[in-house]
Amino acid sequence: MKLYCLSGHPTLPCNVLKFKSTTIMLDCGLDMTSTLNFLPLPLVQSPRLSNLPGWSLKDGNAFLDKELKECSGHVFVDSVPEFCLPETELIDLSTVDVILISNYHCMMALPYITEHTGFMGTVYATEPTVQIGRLLMEELVNFIERVPKAQSASLWKNKDIQRLLPSPLKDAVEVSTWRRCYTMQEVNSALSKIQLVGYSQKIELFGAVQVTPLSSGYALGSSNWIIQSHYEKVSYVSGSSLLTTHPQPMDQASLKNSDVLILTGLTQIPTANPDSMVGEFCSNLALTVRNGGNVLVPCYPSGVIYDLLECLYQYIDSAGLSSIPFYFISPVANSSLEFSQIFAEWLCHNKQTKVYLPEPPFPHAELIQTNKLKHYPSIHGDFSNDFRQPCVVFTGHPSLRFGDVVHFMELWGKSSLNTVIFTEPDFSYLEALAPYQPLAMKCIYCPIDTRLNFIQVSKLLKEVQPLHVVCPEQYTQPPPAQSHRMDLMVDCQPPAMSYRRAEVLALPFKRRYEKIEIMPELADSLVPMEIKPGISLATVSAVLHTKDNKHVLQPPPRPAQPTGGKKRKRASDDIPDCKVLKPLLSGSIPVDQFVQTLEKHGFSDIKVEDTAKGHIVLLQEAETLIQIEEDSTHIICDDDEVLRVRLRDLVLKFLQKF
Amino acid sequence: MDPECARLLPALCAVLADPRQPVADDTCLEKLLDWFKAVTEAGSSLLLLQEHPCLVELLFHVLKPQDLSSRILSFALRLAGIFAAQENCFQFLQQGELLPGLFGEPGPLGAAAWAAPSVRSGWIQGLHSLAQHPSALRFLADSGAVDTIFSLQGDPSLFVASAAGQLLVRVLDLALRGPAEGRVCPQAWDWPACARKVVCHLEDCLRSEATPRVTQALHVLTTTFGHCRGLWTQGLWARLSPLVARLLEKDPVPAPHALVDLLLGVARSPVLSSDPGLWETAAQALSRLSPTQAGPLAAGILKLQDCPQALRIQAFGILLQPLAHVLEATAQAPGTPRLLEGAAGDLMAVDTFPPSRSACVGLLCSALAHLELLQPLPQRPSPWPQAPLLAAVVTILRFCNGSAAPSSEAGGRLCAMLVGCVRVQRAALDFLGVLSQGLGPQELVTQVFAILLEYLVSPDSSPTVRAGRAGVGRQLLGAWPARRPYRTTQGRLLAVLQKRLCSPCWEVRDSGLEFLTQMTRHWGGQGSFRQALLGSEVPELTRQLLQDPESYVRASAVAAVGQLSSWGLLTAPSSPEHPAVPQKTPLEELLLVLTTDSEGFPRRAVMRVFTEWLRDGYADVAEDPEQSVAPVLRAASRDLDWEVRVQGLELALVFLEQLLGPRGPSTAAPPGALTQALQALCRVQLFEFAFRSLFDCDRPVAQKSCDLLLFLKAKATPSGSQQEVGDGPNVASVEAALRRWQAGEQGQPLGELAPEAVLAVLRSMDLEALRDTLAESSDHVERSPQSLLQDMLATVGVLGDNEADCY
Repeated sequence: MKLYCLSGHPTLPCNVLKFKSTTIMLDCGLDMTSTLNFLPLPLVQSPRLSNLPGWSLKDGNAFLDKELKECSGHVFVDSVPEFCLPETELIDLSTVDVILISNYHCMMALPYITEHTGFMGTVYATEPTVQIGRLLMEELVNFIERVPKAQSASLWKNKDIQRLLPSPLKDAVEVSTWRRCYTMQEVNSALSKIQLVGYSQKIELFGAVQVTPLSSGYALGSSNWIIQSHYEKVSYVSGSSLLTTHPQPMDQASLKNSDVLILTGLTQIPTANPDSMVGEFCSNLALTVRNGGNVLVPCYPSGVIYDLLECLYQYIDSAGLSSIPFYFISPVANSSLEFSQIFAEWLCHNKQTKVYLPEPPFPHAELIQTNKLKHYPSIHGDFSNDFRQPCVVFTGHPSLRFGDVVHFMELWGKSSLNTVIFTEPDFSYLEALAPYQPLAMKCIYCPIDTRLNFIQVSKLLKEVQPLHVVCPEQYTQPPPAQSHRMDLMVDCQPPAMSYRRAEVLALPFKRRYEKIEIMPELADSLVPMEIKPGISLATVSAVLHTKDNKHVLQPPPRPAQPTGGKKRKRASDDIPDCKVLKPLLSGSIPVDQFVQTLEKHGFSDIKVEDTAKGHIVLLQEAETLIQIEEDSTHIICDDDEVLRVRLRDLVLKFLQKF
Repeated sequence: MDPECARLLPALCAVLADPRQPVADDTCLEKLLDWFKAVTEAGSSLLLLQEHPCLVELLFHVLKPQDLSSRILSFALRLAGIFAAQENCFQFLQQGELLPGLFGEPGPLGAAAWAAPSVRSGWIQGLHSLAQHPSALRFLADSGAVDTIFSLQGDPSLFVASAAGQLLVRVLDLALRGPAEGRVCPQAWDWPACARKVVCHLEDCLRSEATPRVTQALHVLTTTFGHCRGLWTQGLWARLSPLVARLLEKDPVPAPHALVDLLLGVARSPVLSSDPGLWETAAQALSRLSPTQAGPLAAGILKLQDCPQALRIQAFGILLQPLAHVLEATAQAPGTPRLLEGAAGDLMAVDTFPPSRSACVGLLCSALAHLELLQPLPQRPSPWPQAPLLAAVVTILRFCNGSAAPSSEAGGRLCAMLVGCVRVQRAALDFLGVLSQGLGPQELVTQVFAILLEYLVSPDSSPTVRAGRAGVGRQLLGAWPARRPYRTTQGRLLAVLQKRLCSPCWEVRDSGLEFLTQMTRHWGGQGSFRQALLGSEVPELTRQLLQDPESYVRASAVAAVGQLSSWGLLTAPSSPEHPAVPQKTPLEELLLVLTTDSEGFPRRAVMRVFTEWLRDGYADVAEDPEQSVAPVLRAASRDLDWEVRVQGLELALVFLEQLLGPRGPSTAAPPGALTQALQALCRVQLFEFAFRSLFDCDRPVAQKSCDLLLFLKAKATPSGSQQEVGDGPNVASVEAALRRWQAGEQGQPLGELAPEAVLAVLRSMDLEALRDTLAESSDHVERSPQSLLQDMLATVGVLGDNEADCY
């Protein structure tokens, strides 16, 4: 069993598991942090961004000044943003049989895999994962395509040139594999390869293994996966949450008794408690709006935003904010808000019961009805007519490199009355803000990451007791910035095995058993013999029939019945040459008694020597040696077959036969 | 005994003796015993038994072999003990062979009833009661009871086992007190046989290998030395102390907690503490016991008034050790303050912290708690290591929030154990609060402020910790007002507070407001704070929180508004949208809360603020107190919440004091002032409120009102001759109204009242009697012995004639 690790990002995993005869890809996350190296794509012509000076080498050489621009001491690539793909060279991706998706954030690289690698298999995911994943992809494509950029920079990627660049460009990894965003056509084609599954549904893969999605509690439709054969069980835990938010709670019990547990997608901010962060979010929002400032919340169109809106729904009246407009701007805003209301079966119990009242499970429906929350596909069109300040705007993309958020950053960045509140943990807020410096706007970092923290992980591992834990190397040591925080790492026994990008891991367990069925008529013919209390044995002669990874023992073909005088044949002609079976032996030989027996049978001058593995009985007179070991007995005599047989029979007296 | 009880007693005894009529309620029997105890303490038991032969009959009845319930048997044993506590009564019962029957072999001891723990417990308690005189001692020795007590020490019922231990102490005291009286220190050979037997038993136990037996003996000795002050205890300790010291040589030391209790008990005994051997044993215990076990002993030693200096140093070292370890874990360079120097400091090489998280947390918390208790005591160790202690607490707090960088492997372990530990955080903050009463070096104080601010800024941490740090912040800031860091802290504090007041979590808003109130109370008069506060949005936010959906928050907002405005920090907000609309004054705003809020908490808070304002002479109220108080009293008198009404009367009392002078013995108000005051009181309609409250269904309201009227009466009495007002129509109507109110008809208003009429009514009312009636608890009737007897009889149906014929 091998694990090929194609992504170095612990929360955007992409691993390939070879298990029995199957090749299973676990998630295909897209690392978008690469876009932080690029200049933002402004929706409206931005004189500031277009007038940034080109960057030149220390010696004044300015051959890169078209590709690289400098802003407040940082250098950015002036090009269409590119993404860091999972490793494609480590394993031939056309051999991947299936892809299992655990949540909508972990499928963003899907079109790259399914459309450009010769992938022929099937993708499995739950319905909300697919629908919301589609929204995220649609939004991403839309954000990038609607600001066409003629220029595509590639010069800087040259390894020799990259070395000369300042950090972080200098340290960017695998830049040659960075790719532009996919098209909508590719998205549609990729999504058409997905087969929908439900929680606890058992899916057979070629009869060899069975895969099952389990609720992981992190997002709508998010799942962990169980991959099991008859005697082995691998659990894949990715992006799980034990907090009570909108999705169905996590199914922990089904993860028990795993041989291997692959653990990914833990919280990215282990020191921040989501509850307190929501509190911080609300307080800062209220303070800004009270002072007449605007609040900008860069966010994804689905996920935490549902919880934030719910929290604000309860909060705005008490905080005296009922007159403040809330805007949600995304090409998929409408679909996202509506989809969330129709996936009742994937929601937590509280929200499910609301559906039967009947009420919309999320209160944002009421916010929309009462005109407190308004949503728009973009800043163009209706929004510009309705726009009123001070206000709160939720919009993407959290990287601040594309999407409507770029416009609001340019618009509000100059006033210290305004605040940008970062709630998505995927991007470093300082790096995200770098191309907007100098910035007068207040910045608040309230990362809300509901995924498991290390305390919860250690409780989980104690409860489900996997034999081995495999996780990204980042989880096996404290964070580099807090090297003394030994509590911020996975702590389990035996220690977790770690992996990094482009590494192949041989998983530390051997398959020892295979299930074989016995046909009833064959089973009928068996006569087990009890050799020890509770243990019975029988010898089987059969034909092993293997098809679709299923093994069946069938009775050996019967000798054809004589059909006529002429064609009568000897029965033995048809049966393959079968030697007469010797009985199987078991038991051990007590040396002292054996020696006594030999003496009784007339052997004298017997010597016994102890060896490392057993004993040697020396019959000096007969010049014969009997070597008794745990699993073998040898009689070595000088070509005296009669003696050998005599001795053999004496040995056999001590052993059981069947 | 009153005649009614005497009349009911025979019937009751008959009921108790009748197995067919079980007493359902155990507490009745307990109350009955209490009553008998009170009766025998007041008079002669012998007389009581002679006058009420039914009691003796009851006791005899119990002796007969029959199917009595164990609780009655237990009751009888205890009752006999109470009677036999007096020597003449003891002899009386002895003559009837009653006592051997009850407490000796022929009694329940040998019977099946003994299996019930309540019977064993009753037997012990009975003996405990009767063991008061030499005859009792002889009885105990002759009847073999002492051996039974020994065996009961290991009883499966903890109550029985513990009572057996106490009875042994009683026996020992009784046996040794007598012969020892007047003599310096009796020697062992002088001891009565009974005492010798007990002491030998204790010696055996102390020598035993079985820890439970050792624990039993230690418990008995602890109680003995804790309660008995006779000189004989010296002899006892001299004889047993070698055995106790020997326990400390065992590995592991058996029953460490009981041993610590014993040593502290002995050390606290004025008779024994002069024994030098004691201090040696204590020192040995400190060094032999684990840090967790030795902690309470060390703390106890340090609290003693008088003990050798070397031992104190050793004990203090034990308490400081965990903190020293914490300091060591982060020490980057030499020169950082050390808690333990020399030999004690070298001990640090040994890892003192237990490996498990809970044990480590427990050790740190108990060390912090002990030091916290020690700090304010006059006998605390001197010099007090204020600076290293502050440094250690700061380090602990840093470990807890993950910001400390450990410098060793042990430190790393400590860090992982303490991160996010709420218990340690609270203990450390509490201790820091106490430490803040002393000073510290500038650099450390800066660190303290820094960590406190870090805690305040951090949104993570439980509300209790948050409340804790708010409290510490207040104490610190109060204690070190002149320090520089505090000024820079103020601005940041207010910024944090501002955010807290906007939190979606009501607990956070609430604790934020409480903190603001405390902070303002401390610093309201200080220029820099006033400036910072007025420049922030905090006052406006506080005002807005008067409309918070959560009633607790509204109540805290009321208190904060009260505090802010009494310092003039609640300026009318500038309203850019409606500049023409005049803003409400704080007074009006609070009055609005009082009259419209649906919950009790905010209304109670308003009443407290008004009372405080009036008492402290807050400007808006002081201008025209009558005008301010009148609407408040009107609203309070109609309030449905009794606490608001009590507070209303309290406000009226303060108002009255301001008109007539403070409360005190017979300081009558000058006539002119009185008349004016009465008129003012009539105008604010206080009397209707006060008179009505006299008959309030909530007793505290009635009591408060009674106090108020009594105060007024006292002020008015000497001037009574000024105007004799007879039973004019006004007075008659008032009295009629009062009678109706008393009868429960509350509808009728009192109407306009003249001061004269009020005075007349006051004089005619027996307020003192009313006060006494109100002072009696509402169940005083139900608690009388007569009622008890009646209740017991009623439950079994003897009292009534309603014995139905059942076919």
